[in-house]
Formats: sequence, structure tokens, C-alpha cells
Amino acid sequence: MLHIAVCIKQVPDSREMRIDPKTNTLIRQGAPAIVNYFDLRGLEAALQLKDEFGARVTVLTMGPPSADKAIKECIAMGADEGILVSDRGFAGADTLATSYVVGQTIDKAGEVWGPVDLVFCGKQTIDGDTGQVGPGVACRLDYEQLTYVEKVESFDPNTREIVVHRHLEDGVERVQAKLPALITALAEMNKPRRASLPGVLRAARYQPIVWTTNDFTDLDRSKIGLRGSPTVVGRSWVPEQKPVNTKILTGDTVNQVAEDLFTALFATELPGKLGWVQEG
Amino acid sequence: MAEEKKSRPAVGLQPEGDVDWSQYRGILVVVEQRDGVAKKVSWQLLGEARRMADKLQAPLMALVLGHQVGHLVKEAFAYGADQVFLSDAPILQDYRTRSYSRVCLQVIREYKPEIVLIGATYTGRDLAGAIATHVPTGLTADCTQLDVDENRLLNATRPAFSEKMVATILCKQFKPQMATARPGVFAALPRDDARSGQVIEIPPQIEESEIGTRVLEFIQERQGINLEDAEVIVAGGRGVGSPEGFRLLQELADVLGGVVGATRPVVEAGWIGHEHQVGQTGSTVRPKLYIAAGISGAVQHVVGMQHSDYIVAINKDPEAPIFSGAHYGIVGDLFEVIPALITAAKARKTTHVS
Repeated sequence: MLHIAVCIKQVPDSREMRIDPKTNTLIRQGAPAIVNYFDLRGLEAALQLKDEFGARVTVLTMGPPSADKAIKECIAMGADEGILVSDRGFAGADTLATSYVVGQTIDKAGEVWGPVDLVFCGKQTIDGDTGQVGPGVACRLDYEQLTYVEKVESFDPNTREIVVHRHLEDGVERVQAKLPALITALAEMNKPRRASLPGVLRAARYQPIVWTTNDFTDLDRSKIGLRGSPTVVGRSWVPEQKPVNTKILTGDTVNQVAEDLFTALFATELPGKLGWVQEG
Repeated sequence: MAEEKKSRPAVGLQPEGDVDWSQYRGILVVVEQRDGVAKKVSWQLLGEARRMADKLQAPLMALVLGHQVGHLVKEAFAYGADQVFLSDAPILQDYRTRSYSRVCLQVIREYKPEIVLIGATYTGRDLAGAIATHVPTGLTADCTQLDVDENRLLNATRPAFSEKMVATILCKQFKPQMATARPGVFAALPRDDARSGQVIEIPPQIEESEIGTRVLEFIQERQGINLEDAEVIVAGGRGVGSPEGFRLLQELADVLGGVVGATRPVVEAGWIGHEHQVGQTGSTVRPKLYIAAGISGAVQHVVGMQHSDYIVAINKDPEAPIFSGAHYGIVGDLFEVIPALITAAKARKTTHVS
């Protein structure tokens, strides 16, 4: 049977994150944890393939023990198994170290439930915004790499070929790939389903499978966590908000207000930069 | 049903044996192109890299790759490169991760640049992620500031946590230090066609049989919605009321030579396509003029447009948070204000002429 892995990440809901005005640092405590927006699109795409062709869908995440909630959410939607890769040794990983551990996890999942044919990831996480882990995992696994996918056009289980649409800045690219492959999902890809009642019931009882560093037989410890991460944060700061002097335009008529706005805009450097021409 | 595991390429974090990092010198910019037309970000990166290469007293290299792209070599020199690598072959006709990353790795391994810069486009990010994993080395995504310090370290600065913070990322132990950088942030040098230099041909060491993907076709977007490159954006939120309401915004955008943007709620309501979405789960934009109509100013939207040069907010609610970050505010009904703006703009011939 087709084996699909879905990589997810539990992220803080950034709508709820605030800056501490005293220390000028980010307050992460208290922000509710959610499954990364784009990862849920990857899961939905996997579940749609499962509905049509039959598949085993394995969800995996690397994170703290509390990330089991994210796994359960995916089980409720219809994933078959969920793996939580969690260990202090994995902490502090940058994208290179993360892709190594995720690659090892997919390998190990393949040993347990059969080789993984297809991997879905979100195009990026909303807290890291790098979009680098997907390509990194594809490289580690030596899978075909299909990023920024907005649609799975077709899949042929016999020839093991998949056709996807990649949405780029200037258009859409139709690409055919031979499995095994890794796909990163755009928001346009689909609308994630709601959990079904049986799904919710199963998720309530479900215990995610937890793998620590000791569960991997040939893990190279120099490649994980902080040690395995070539990048470090030199410094970080909260950018000074340029104080904006808002000018509220008031006038007797909307036409007057519109005139006032353009008079103001034409007094800036904008017309020169935009090629606007004032006549008369 | 999966095939047997393929043999893996050797990927290890620690370089084999002792590596003499001092051999790594110079900055390499990978030039992105489609159908022989270079992406602007490539020349913008050359402009920024020129400054850093001079500081390092090291050569600035450009890699042009594709099929029938030889004419871009001259452009790469004109925009600041000292040395250009050209890989021109039918196998490179379409961008594919395996073939393009292979050529980049050939250049990196043989010519050992200390820094590699790639545009943070979809293609650039796809490519950079693959290269950095293979090398292996550190990669910083989507930078908005780049510099080198006295230790020859690349200071790669990028927004973090939905632009609430900014962080400078360093890669101290490995070379090349890699970064992707955001289009539209850096300025290209004035084109100087008198510049030239050494051209080195790089024959791609890859066979078609090694590549499991095939590009069937590329469908150019007729609408040409490219928020990231847009200089003027007229964006609408719930206040626009309906899909039809966006036609009015489109009309103003046309008059101003801009494109239409939207908030997540209206995209999710299906009023307009996702390619128009500005904000955390859409595009991050920095146009010269951003007109926000019927947008309340939720944080997830604001992080995507707060770096616009000029922001104009139109909202019925004088308390809407969007006003606090706007340069000009108009409290009123957008269905009255926008037609008035269209009339005023037409009278001034604001249509983009260049």
C-alpha cells in the first residue's frame, strides 16, 4: 500500500504573540499552539490520495512533549499514525539539523510500516518562514523535490507518476515526477477537512508514538540539535517602529479629500519613482 | 509498493578531514532566469555583493545557468561581476532541482566561494535549500540586510516571528556561507556595458536518467499578479463587501499602475484568489504606495505590508487599527472615496509610463 508521510510543526499562533515593552523581547508564553497553517494543507492532500487510492498516512513532528496535541489533531482528521520525535538532544536545531532528523524519522517509519513513497510538508512554517526544511528533507532522502505546489493534478499508482502544479511568481508550472517524491504545499492547495466524529473519538484515545535519540540505531549525534546546526543567531532585536505621523484627511466633500490626498502624494518623491506625470 | 531504497549521496555535516577554509574566497551570486530573461533580484544581489566583495578584497562571481543563456554573461559583467561561470546546455532548459543544484555544487566545490547568494524567489529557495544540504553548510532565508564583518563572516539579517523581530544569523564553522535575499530590497548597480572579465564554462555533470522530474509546461499568468514586485498595491478587506467590490479596487489599481491585494478573510471567503493575499500566510510586500481599503488592520495583515513606503488607509471606522500605521487616513465609505480617487487620479495621469 502507498505510504505517505506528512511533516508537521506545532507553532505558536503569532496573532497572540506580544512584545514585552520593558525588555523589548518576544513573549511566547501564553500564545496558543496550533498546527502550522501550510502543513494542514499537506495533510489534507495526503488524506485525499488515501481516499482515492488507499494509503497509510503517517504524521510526524519534531518538538517538545506538548506537541502530542498537534499529532492528535491530525489523527482526528484521519491520519493513521503519529510520531513525535522528542528529545533534549534534538533541541536548538536549525534547518540543516532538522532536515537530518526528519529524514532519519522518515527512514525509520519506512522500516516499520513500509518504505515511504510520498512526503508532504507545508511550504514553510509561520514561525520560522524559511521554507528550507522541505528541500533539505528531499535531499537527505534523495527524493524528487516538488516545492510550492498548489494542486495535485493526477497520480498513477501503476506507473508511480504524479503530476503537480507549482505556483511560481510569474505563472504555473506543470511538473511530472516519479515517486518517491516530496511535495511542499501552498495555501491554495485545498481546504483542510474538519475532524470526523470517529476521528475525534480515535484521537482522544490515541497515544502518539514517541521516538527519542535512543530509538534511532544509526543516528550521527554530531548532526543533531545545537551541535549539528551550522547557523547561530548573532543578535536579534525588535525593530524600532518608525513613528508614523498619520495625517487624517478631512474635507467637505469626498472629491476634496481625494484632491488633498493626491496633492499630498505629489509633494513626495512618489511621482518621480512611479513615473506619474502631473499635467497642467 | 515502494521501490528499493536508492543509494544515498554522501551527506555529512563534518567535512572529511581537515579543511583549509582560507581557500574559500569571493562571493558567488547565482543568476536566476526564465527563457533567457534574468530576474531583477539577480542583478540587485550583484549590486549588494559588489560592495561586500570590495570590503573583503575578493572577487565577485556570477553563475549563469540554463539553455541559450549566453547573452546573460555580458549582463552579469555589466551589473558588477568580475568573473562569470556559464553553464549552457539543453538539460538545463527548465529549472529542475537536481540539474541546477548539481551545477551549483560543481562550481562551489571547484572554485570555493566563501559566500553564496541566491534570490529568495520560489525557485531560489528551492535551489538554495538543496545546495546547502548537499554541501553541507548553513543557509539563512529571505534576508533583508547583508554585510560582512572583520572576520569575513556574512552577517545575514532577516525578519523573524512574522516580522516582529529582526535577527542577524552567522555561519561560523562552514563555507560557503549561504543566504537567500528578498527581491526588491537591494539596488542593482547602474548598468556598465564597458565592464568585462573572465568567462569559465561549466559543463553540467548530470544525465537525464538521473532526473526524476519533467516540466510539462509553464503557463504564464495572464493577470501577471506579482505582489512582491508591485510598486503600487490597492488592497481590500471585509469592508469591500463582495467579489464585485474588488472591481472598483481594480479600477483604481489600473489608473495608478498597480495591482490588487487582499486580506486573508476575503480570500478565504472566495471573493478573490489567494495570489492576491497580503500578510502572514500570503505575500510580504513593500510597494512604494499601499492603499488599504476596508481593512481593519489585523496584525497578520499588517506584518505583510508595514514596510510600504507610503500607506493610505480608507475605513469607515475611525478607530480601526490600520490608521495607526498609515501615513494618510481617510475616514469614510470606500464606495464613495475610491470613485473620487479614480477621478482625481485620472485628472493627473498617474498611469505608470515607464
